[in-house]
Amino acid sequence: MLGKSAGARGFSAFNTVFLIVLSLLCVAPLVHIAAVSLSSSSAVTAGWVILWPVDFTWDSYRFVLSRGEIWSPMIVTLKRVVLGGGLNLLMTILIAYPLSKESAVFRARTGYAWFFFFTMLFSGGLIPWYMIIRQLELLDSVWALVLPAGVPVFNIVLLLNFFRQLPKELEEAAFMDGAGHWTTLWKIYLPASLPALATVSLFAVVWHWNSWFDGLILMNRPEHYPLQSYLQTVIMQRDMTFIQHLSRAELAVVSDRTIKSAQILIATLPILFVYPFLQRFFVKGIVLGSVKG
Amino acid sequence: MYKSRARSRNMPLHLMILPGLLLVLVFSYIPMAGTYIAFQKFIPAKGFFGDQRWIGWDNFRYLLELPDIYQVLWNTVFIAVMKMAAGIVVPLTVALMLNELRNQAIKRSVQTLIYLPHFLSWIILGGVMIDILSPSSGIVNQALGAFGIKPIFFLGSNDWFPYTMVISDVWKEFGFATIVYLAALTGIDPQQYEASIIDGANRWKQTWYVTLPGMRMIIVLMAVLSLGNVLNAGFDQIVNLYSAQVYASGDVIDTLVYRLGLQQAQYGVATAVGLFKSVVSFLFISVAYYAAYKLADYRIF
Repeated sequence: MLGKSAGARGFSAFNTVFLIVLSLLCVAPLVHIAAVSLSSSSAVTAGWVILWPVDFTWDSYRFVLSRGEIWSPMIVTLKRVVLGGGLNLLMTILIAYPLSKESAVFRARTGYAWFFFFTMLFSGGLIPWYMIIRQLELLDSVWALVLPAGVPVFNIVLLLNFFRQLPKELEEAAFMDGAGHWTTLWKIYLPASLPALATVSLFAVVWHWNSWFDGLILMNRPEHYPLQSYLQTVIMQRDMTFIQHLSRAELAVVSDRTIKSAQILIATLPILFVYPFLQRFFVKGIVLGSVKG
Repeated sequence: MYKSRARSRNMPLHLMILPGLLLVLVFSYIPMAGTYIAFQKFIPAKGFFGDQRWIGWDNFRYLLELPDIYQVLWNTVFIAVMKMAAGIVVPLTVALMLNELRNQAIKRSVQTLIYLPHFLSWIILGGVMIDILSPSSGIVNQALGAFGIKPIFFLGSNDWFPYTMVISDVWKEFGFATIVYLAALTGIDPQQYEASIIDGANRWKQTWYVTLPGMRMIIVLMAVLSLGNVLNAGFDQIVNLYSAQVYASGDVIDTLVYRLGLQQAQYGVATAVGLFKSVVSFLFISVAYYAAYKLADYRIF
């Protein structure tokens, strides 16, 4: 099949080059922002920075990290990622396992499944959701970011479909040996489901890391904002008060643009670090959990 | 006796579900019930259970009389439908092209890179877009300038804004969406290819007569399931990239709810728009799942 005709070879070469260019286009904007964040503001203003830093400097990062405003949002985000991601994973496992049973065995299954699934079809909308969280006096607490998002239905569907593909004999053998549901789940199902668990954990952690809207509206005081909500206010709402406090000399090295770029990169780095390690898991996890043979 | 044993054995299953059940009850079902405030002149200070005034359909009537409401509906559907179409065609094409790559190392690297933007938030990517699309200093306009094209204000012009939303959304999500199509491609029986090669089919014919028919089910399924998004133009993306000057082309239902409700504190009116959206979306999703079940024998759980 290889190299049959000139036409086939030509297509193959074009195909390869096209896909490589396409994939580079997916990361080029980020590389550009990274280059901007590591360049001097004068080089950036002059338009010399494309994909490589010009007049390399860490000053934008030093400026952002030394001003300290970014630290408290980062701690809030770490808290919500740990608490929220943990709760998500726990709920996903505890709900997916019973729902993966046959309804002949677990008769309430269908009712429960619809109870959870219905929330993917219909929602009360923003205002009643906000009002109930306010009524529960969760505003300004990290639990407002954790509890309402506690049950990730999409992840549950993914994991329960994965559970269903495990051989039934495993479970039957466990029951023969006198194991109950808790033991079976803990000792048999979970060890056999590591790719799927890695996938749903990645989704939960990334979701919490990236969420900004709930932080913005549920936290009244900016020091309670998670990282992305904080960034939303400094990047999108174009808050530039800090720039007025800079001296002329400082402005040659850092600017609104280089500082924003540095903040964007700081908020992206953790994802860039975990992503390559989990990538091979999530492809497997998604494929097995969503496309049923 | 067997029955009662099965039942007691299932007790742990009920216990496992209980905590999640309570969370969903409080944070999903109570808000659903709370949509009754769409029929009230709702004063937030009195609270959810306070003594609010009932006004029937007045909030809905008020909405229909808003001068921008039809434009907002149109913007929502226009942006959403373009995203739905591009969101199938682009990933499918890329999956077919990736499938032709013989070099596994290049294939894996390409996949790793194109999946990445999916995992970044619209805050991050919004910041990136605002920077690279800036008419004065953005790299995109600098590049266009090299070809003698005048700077385009992608995020500030009503002519460009909806398309900028569609293209940047496709850019973010096409890679991730290819996963499903690549999975479907691996499910096609290799014997069919061998048979078609014996019949003298070249690459194009193989794609046309074996690959695409083999993927018909998954394409239909993805198309049908995307129907549920007909009123979802993408809140996170739009709210971070739009500004008052592009409300005419960029204001969608979700951004309208946000502005009416949380910025102007018109809770009753905002809930009425939200309820309208939920009901219409519910109908579309229900039809979509039913169609997916009939056409592709798809069941979500």
